[in-house]
Amino acid sequence: MIELVSISKIFNSGKPNQFTAVNNVSLNIEPQQITILKGPSGSGKTSLLTMIGCMARPTSGRIFLQGVAAALPYQQDGGEAIEITSLPERFLNDIRRATFGFIFQQFNLIKGISVLENVMLPAYPTGERRVDFRARAEELLELFNIGRHAGKRVDDLSGGELQRVAIARALINNPSIIIADEPTAHLDSKLSHEFMEIVARLKGEGRTILIASHDPIVYDAPLIDRLVEMRDGAVVEEGSTQ
Amino acid sequence: MNRSLERHLNILEFTLSSLSRRKAKNLSLLTIYLLVVFILASLVFFVTALKREAGIILQDAPDIVVQRLVAGRQDLVPASYAGEIGAIRGVTAVRPRLWGYYYDGLIGANYTVMASDEATASSDRATIGSGIAKARNLAVGDLLPLITYQKAPLMLEISTILPAGSDLMAADLIVVAPGDFRTLFNFPVGQATDLAISVRNPKEIGTIAAKIVELFPESRPVLKNEILRTYQSLFDWRGGMTIVILASALLSFIIFAWDKATGLSAEERREIGILKSIGWETGDVLLLKFWEGIVISLTAFLLGVILAYGHVFFLSAPIFTQALKGWSIIYPRFQLIPVVDALQLSVLFFLTVVPYTTATVVPCWRAATTDPDAAMRS
Amino acid sequence: MILNPATLALQITALLVAAMGIYAGYYGVRILAKWDLGSGSEGQLELERRTYLISTIMSCILVFELMSLFLYVYTADSLHTLFTGAMCAAGTLAVNSFGYPVLILKVVNFVLAGVWLIVNLTDNRGYDYPLIRIKYELLNLLVPLLVLESCLLFAYFAGVKPDIITSCCGSLFSNESKGLSGDLAALPPATMITVFFASMAVTLISGLWLYLKRSGGYLFSLAATATFAVSLASLISFICLYFYELPTHHCPFCLLQKEYHYIGYLLYASLFSGGVAGIGVGVLMPFRKVASLATIIPILQRRLTLISIVCYLLFTLITVWKMYSSALKL
Repeated sequence: MIELVSISKIFNSGKPNQFTAVNNVSLNIEPQQITILKGPSGSGKTSLLTMIGCMARPTSGRIFLQGVAAALPYQQDGGEAIEITSLPERFLNDIRRATFGFIFQQFNLIKGISVLENVMLPAYPTGERRVDFRARAEELLELFNIGRHAGKRVDDLSGGELQRVAIARALINNPSIIIADEPTAHLDSKLSHEFMEIVARLKGEGRTILIASHDPIVYDAPLIDRLVEMRDGAVVEEGSTQ
Repeated sequence: MNRSLERHLNILEFTLSSLSRRKAKNLSLLTIYLLVVFILASLVFFVTALKREAGIILQDAPDIVVQRLVAGRQDLVPASYAGEIGAIRGVTAVRPRLWGYYYDGLIGANYTVMASDEATASSDRATIGSGIAKARNLAVGDLLPLITYQKAPLMLEISTILPAGSDLMAADLIVVAPGDFRTLFNFPVGQATDLAISVRNPKEIGTIAAKIVELFPESRPVLKNEILRTYQSLFDWRGGMTIVILASALLSFIIFAWDKATGLSAEERREIGILKSIGWETGDVLLLKFWEGIVISLTAFLLGVILAYGHVFFLSAPIFTQALKGWSIIYPRFQLIPVVDALQLSVLFFLTVVPYTTATVVPCWRAATTDPDAAMRS
Repeated sequence: MILNPATLALQITALLVAAMGIYAGYYGVRILAKWDLGSGSEGQLELERRTYLISTIMSCILVFELMSLFLYVYTADSLHTLFTGAMCAAGTLAVNSFGYPVLILKVVNFVLAGVWLIVNLTDNRGYDYPLIRIKYELLNLLVPLLVLESCLLFAYFAGVKPDIITSCCGSLFSNESKGLSGDLAALPPATMITVFFASMAVTLISGLWLYLKRSGGYLFSLAATATFAVSLASLISFICLYFYELPTHHCPFCLLQKEYHYIGYLLYASLFSGGVAGIGVGVLMPFRKVASLATIIPILQRRLTLISIVCYLLFTLITVWKMYSSALKL
């Protein structure tokens, strides 16, 4: 479980263009559920996601991770919940690599290298043997039916195929939490539905899914467990759906 | 340990692919880097080889050369000094030497004329160096006309031409019989240009030199190792001076390198942002940049050094000859003996790779600390 | 003033190292003043980013210091012919009063940089930057020493003039100038042999004890540090004699030359590594109780102890082998 307590993120603090992206948000993300952050652009969804996903530090407030003790080799004392807000970058990174998988709005794949390499990239700095993660990468590509594109450059693939490469890459380190930021922004309806099917499959594997989206196909889907609405950096209402 | 090795190898692999993805930028950097290494390496190899040559040649120089000074200028030495100097304990031989310079008006060159000390040297015959042979188009058997100080011609038949390999010492040398020497220069009998002294124990050289000065206060003994030292200093100084002059080129290269490292293209920034957003830590990106620097530095260094080696030892360093060899009409053409040692290579390393690395540390760090947050928003 | 590619290279490097040191030191002071791990402000994040820069710079400095140490000795050796009476690097360094201080400072700075990097490595393993103050205070010590070393290096080379032929007086100064021999002041061999083997034995045994029983860290570290100094003195006093097979040649630099198969590099490398690792163990001892480092420090210390033992053992073995096989018998 992820617990956020009074999280705020302020950019350019003290300067005339000071901007509060996230304003005093307190939230609990339940494990093994699909949670959707709904809201227009500028509502702070992306900033919140980066903080939950250990990619950025909040300006104030605390974030606690529970049940992810395995990611942190050197435990803080005080039970299972780890406070990650004041961890140095390398520790934050270790947790992130082992726990979170990211799917970005723009896919964020590197041009000029092959699909397979793109999928393997997150595993390079872990020190794992190349043969091991290469096998895993090939397996993932097969799983998403894009095995035949393994050697191609990303420039040659269609939108839907790119989406699946991005998902495969997010799964390379076998994370327990998947975070996706506007995953269907560049997809048509058919592909968006396909995406939600993949999400259902991931949930079935026991992973926690967190998606930020203002696409009705996503937030009206029957399989989601919880909907959190955001506006102007604050949570407007929480609701869970059946 | 294994994990660390794997991590390095994986990141190195990505480095190589990343370098090849930006060929234009990396090739231009590599070329300039290589050029800088090449020029400095040529310089260092050249100077070191010359020093070594001088050292080898001077091994056979006499232990002490006694000259005579009159009012601070060199004058002739009476051959009678030889007797008293020979009596000093520790002196094994004293040989009066006859040599001087002859100006050839025809081609405007100075020749070194030396009297042979072989008893069998025959009159009217000469041995000449290959530089003279080439300049005056002479072969064995030809006649070389010289003008004596009494304005009379002295015809010398060329008996031998010294091989080109001896050029460094003998390109402009003419060896004649003592009688011809005295005729040529109207040289007074009983005098010599200087005295060459051999000493039994090298440690005694200083003491013997002091005794010589005591005997003949107007004499100036010149010790072999002093000559060696002076030559060394001279080459060192010339080499150093050239580097100082090249300092501005070196500085430009550093600024260029720094600029290349700072000016990441939008594509590069995006890539680093992506890497950081998918789980690469700042340390990992720094390692990437470090490997980039190493690959470029090593390639430039190796290629630059190899090319410099060829330039100096196969082509005799055409670029530097004017500045470093000195100037004269008859120039020895010589192949330098290749000598490359660890000292030279470390000096080159410190003059090129160290400033390059220093200049790129901060830009690489800046690139590596890109906020992954920014990648999410792009 | 000797203008020579090698001396230029050394001076340029000294300048760069001093500049990098001052740059790192400046940020080190800022970090000491404003560090607040609990805050998520942009200022704090910026400081955390700076720590990466400082450790990168320190790694560069360590490598450059080590290499320039050997280059310094090599250059001094290649210049010895320019000075009457100088037999090798030892003579060149004795030409003015700055030569040896520079050498000593280079060794000291190398050791300090090595220790700093060990502390840095340890600090990075702790989740709350536990050693940050110590680290940057150590940096504040190191930076002035680096600057001092560079200044002394410049002073040394500025004050050096080769003994070359001057216009009239040719050779006679060689009788007047003092002899600069390669014989350094050396402690009596017999005593040193005993002291050397005794201190080595104490170090190796206490190291093994620490490795197996995990106690006695302070003892080992003290022994390792003392052995470092003793070994350096022993090198000059008797070890080099066995290599040169001459009872009067005490020069520590000739070992680095080709005639002796560059054995000096192996000896010095093992000695320095053993010394830095051993000192590192001691430096980490006071922090074993810190919460975030409680599990890490013992592991690191074990590794360092092992490195130290192996290096010192190598040093001793080479020494013993040469003592046994040398033509000289003391």
